[in-house]
Formats: sequence, structure tokens, C-alpha cells
Amino acid sequence: MAFPLIRVLDRSSLVFLALVAAAAVIVPALNLLLPETSPLHVPTYLVALFGKYVCYALLALSIDLIWGYCGILSLGHGAFFALGGYAMGMYLMRQIGTRGVYANPILPDFMVFLNYKELPIFWYGFQSFPYALLMIVLVPGVLAFVFGWFAFRSRVTGVYLSIITQAMTFALMLGFFRNNFGFGGNNGLTDFKDILGFNVQAQGTRAALFAASCVALALGFVICRALVTSKFGKVLVAIRDAESRTRFLGYRVESYKLFVFTLSACMAGVAGALYVPQVGIINPSEFQPANSIEAVIWVAVGGRGTLTGAVLGAILVNYAKTTFTTGMLAPYWLFLLGGLFIAVTLFLPRGIIGTFNHWQQERLAKRDAVSSEAATRAAE
Amino acid sequence: MDIRTTTSQLYLDNVSVSFDGFRALNALSLAVEPGEMRAIIGPNGAGKTTMMDVITGKTQPDEGDVVFEGSIDLTRLDEANIANLGIGRKFQKPTVFDMHSVEDNLVLAIAADRRARANIKWTETPDEKSRIDRLLETIRLTPARGRLAGSLSHGQKQWLEIGMLLAQEPKLLLVDEPVAGMTDAETHQTAELLKEINREKTVIVVEHDMTFVRELGVKVTCLHEGSVLAEGSIDQVSANERVIEVYLGR
Repeated sequence: MAFPLIRVLDRSSLVFLALVAAAAVIVPALNLLLPETSPLHVPTYLVALFGKYVCYALLALSIDLIWGYCGILSLGHGAFFALGGYAMGMYLMRQIGTRGVYANPILPDFMVFLNYKELPIFWYGFQSFPYALLMIVLVPGVLAFVFGWFAFRSRVTGVYLSIITQAMTFALMLGFFRNNFGFGGNNGLTDFKDILGFNVQAQGTRAALFAASCVALALGFVICRALVTSKFGKVLVAIRDAESRTRFLGYRVESYKLFVFTLSACMAGVAGALYVPQVGIINPSEFQPANSIEAVIWVAVGGRGTLTGAVLGAILVNYAKTTFTTGMLAPYWLFLLGGLFIAVTLFLPRGIIGTFNHWQQERLAKRDAVSSEAATRAAE
Repeated sequence: MDIRTTTSQLYLDNVSVSFDGFRALNALSLAVEPGEMRAIIGPNGAGKTTMMDVITGKTQPDEGDVVFEGSIDLTRLDEANIANLGIGRKFQKPTVFDMHSVEDNLVLAIAADRRARANIKWTETPDEKSRIDRLLETIRLTPARGRLAGSLSHGQKQWLEIGMLLAQEPKLLLVDEPVAGMTDAETHQTAELLKEINREKTVIVVEHDMTFVRELGVKVTCLHEGSVLAEGSIDQVSANERVIEVYLGR
């Protein structure tokens, strides 16, 4: 068997998957089945908020795969997230049909407003959900493949790679801000009506989207685990720690990097696609370099190269963000985020899960040493 | 390009490399026969490491031919291709994968399909396992197989790297300063190990430690300013006036 389950899913992975499954069931159940008066009732706005966290967690997971395991620090992963989001947004726009302000059956409102005579070719096909699904994976994937092909073949690494990923997302942001780019300019895509025939605002749809996000997260996690626990994963870590040594062993480093980078971009695209219907809008600000950097901070806080840490970090930091930006501390959030990053780098370089794992390993090693010492003493 | 067929395992002809005007290799010519062990000595900046870089594909020569096994032009290939042809390299500073266990370091090095897809589906075969067990014996790291390579001592790391080289099953080994920082006992053991390896494989050793070179008892080439200054047995080379002047000192 290609992927021995026991190798892929160790105990902590199973705990993680059980938690995600539990969330996927409990949150919608508490929202749909309990009356609003019940103290345990989860209001619909919270379901959407948690759904957003889960999408961020999937984005963090995709970053951890390339950064934590292969040492590729992408500061432009938000671009792949946003592209997946735009692909979903285009599908949702085409679903509005005659219910728009201008009631044009084909053209979305912003196109009528900007005097488009006909639908641009790249909008063709987005009325079909399967086509949109394909694009959600394909567009970020192809961009990552082309970008990675040039970058990795030219052996651009480290800070230089981080800077050009940042330039990539910035260039896309500038493009998408333009009205004549054909994606609604700075307003982006919004005012969605329904997805697969269900009202996006409806309680049931929100719950279903939340559950779907959890499923995507669990699936992404299993794919990442299968990869990092294989020999392929060992090669990734080898590239991270000693790239030229890996080359001299005969591994074609650029193929490995290209594969994980593309896969990671596809995962980020799926995360973005699930994010858009839950927040109800996608606009060029999602391409902001700051968003991508924030996502990297989530991974650093949770623990690089642990997968579960990335998810934990994304949820914790975003929960903190929600809490702080709604109170009187709102103006100080960015200071707090920066401070958090510095504090983690200085005092918790392994992140939360990484520190915990390290502490546990040390404890085990100590116990082994003690027991082997006892064994030698007994032998004497 | 005119490539003459030679019987040499490795043949460098008139190889020159410049970095920003500095000639690291200056019309270097060198032939190493199959099964030979060759020691390369020379002062700092003589071009020893650049020569290794040219052979392993890290650096492209400005001119000259590098021919492997009589017919393969190495200057057209990259590091991965050259490694897969059967040329293994040990770095000056021991370079192992610190965050992997000793065993996983060998798993990564062992001769097998290097393509990404094959390694996603990979599971260890009994044959690979027994090869790794034997290698661990050879490099005396069997008790440390589960330990992280980063926690090994300097000498153990050197040995692990030699083990990784062997796992690749190369035909030609390039070994850069294998005994730097080793104790006398470890140096002696390493000389024995290299002699053992040389029974089946061609070996090129770059080393500063003259006692160690003497212990190897093989043909010596002294480089200076990017070309060969003297070649011959250790006694001939160390008696050479020019070698004494630029390298050994009076």
C-alpha cells in the first residue's frame, strides 16, 4: 500500500481530525437545532465567522507545507487565496442573473455600469459550478507552476524569493484594482444571491458552508500528512536544511519545490473559494502584501513544520484579531500583531505546537536515558 | 568540442575558471585512473575546492574539458545528473541533514529512484533495509541509528557523511578534507576506511594533513595557483623544491 494509514495518521493527527469533525457537526447543530433563546445556541453570524477562521486555517496549512517543510517562505500566498476567491466570486456573480440592479441576464451589474457590451471571454463558463471548481484549483495552480518554474530553475531562494512573491501579489493587486481588468475594480465582486440554488445568506447554507470548510481542512491536512510522512517529505526537509547537499545526492531540487509550491497554491485557492461565499465579498484588498505576511505570522505562532500548529495559529490569532478589533483596543491591533511576531521569534521560535512537541521529546529521551541506566545498573 | 576517448575514470584537460578576474583554475589538467586513489594537496586558494565544484557541476568552467569514464562530458550536466552518473562528493564542513535521524540520512542517500513521484509512493524494501544495516556497521553508527544527525559529534558526522556517500554507490568519490577536526585515532580509522572503500571505487581526497596523506600511501598531486605544481609519490612531491617553497615551508 502506498500510504500506510498508521504512518500518515499518528495519534495527534487522529485527535486533530476528530476535533475538526466534531466542529463540523456541533457548530451547525447548535445553530440549526437549538432555539435562539437557548444559552448554547450559536448565532448565524458566528457560524460564518468560524467558517472564515477555518478557511484561514487551510491557507495557513498550505503555507506550512512549503515553509515549514521545504523552507520556501512565500510572502505572497494571499494571492493564490484571492485568485481562488475570485473564481468562486465569478461563479456567484453569474448566478445573480436578472436579480441585479440592472437586471441584465448575462452581464454582472458592474459591467453594465462600466458600459461593457458583452461578457469578456475569461468570464465564459463561470455560470457552471463544475467549471468554477476547476478554475478554483487551476488558476492558482497554473500561476504557481509558471512562477515557480522560473524562480526555482533560476535557483532563487531565501529572502529574494520572498521578495518576488511579495512583488507578485502586489502586481496582481494593482491589476485587480483597475476597472478595465474586468473583475469589478476596487469594489470587487459582491451582492451574491445564491450558490447551487441555495441562498448564500440563509442559515442552512451558512451551516453547510462551514461544514464544507471543515471537510476541506481535514482533506488538506490528510494530503499534507501523506506527503510529509513519505520519503518525498524527507527530501523536502533535506532541501530545507541543506539544499546543495540534496542536489549532490542526485535529487532534482527544483522539481520537488515546484510540486509542493503548486500543490500549496491549489490548497490556498480552495481556501479562498470557501471564504468568499461566507464573507459575501471579494475585492483587490485581499491581494495586499500585508495579508500574506499576516498568514505567515499565524504559522510562526502555531509552529512551523507541524501542520496542526498552523491551524491552531490561524484560529488563535484570528480570534484575537476579532476580539481586539471590535473593542476599544482596535487602533492598536497592528502593534499587537507585530509585537506577537517579535515575541514568538524571540521567546517561542518553535511556535506553540513546536515547543510542546520538543518538550515532549526531551521528556521521552530523559526517561529512556534513566531506564537504560537502571538496566545497566541491574545488569551489574 | 573535441573529446578524445581516454581510459581514465576522470580526465580534466586544460580547465580554467575565473571569478571576477581571479583565475581559480588555470589550465588545470589531471587524469585519474579507474580504481586509483589520489590525494590532492596545496595551499589555500590553490583551487582544490573549485576543482571539486567543476567536477560535480556546481561551477561551469570557462574553458577546457571534463570527461568522465572516457566519453561523458561533465561540463554540460548539472549537479543532480552528475550525482546520478556515480560521482559522490563529501564536503569540507560535514554536511548532513541535522533534523533527520542517522538512519533517515542514509535512506535519503541510498541509490534509488530520485524522482519526486516515486518518492511519494516509496516504502522501504527489505534489500534497502539490509544495505542500511550494513552501512551503519561500516561507519560504526549502529547504536545511534535513531538519533538526530544534528546531535552527533563532529567526527561522527564526518563518518555519517562518508556513509551517505557509500550509500549512493558511486564509482568516483570526491572527499574534501575528511579528517579536519578529527582526533589522531579517528584520523587513523578514517584512513583505514578510505583504503577499504578504494578497493572497489576510485577516490580523490583533498587534504592538508600530511601525516594522513602519508598514511594513505598513494599518488599525490600538489596544486598551486590553479594548476598542477608537482605530481608523484608523497616522498617525491615533498622533496620538490617548489612544493617546499609554496606549501610545506622550509
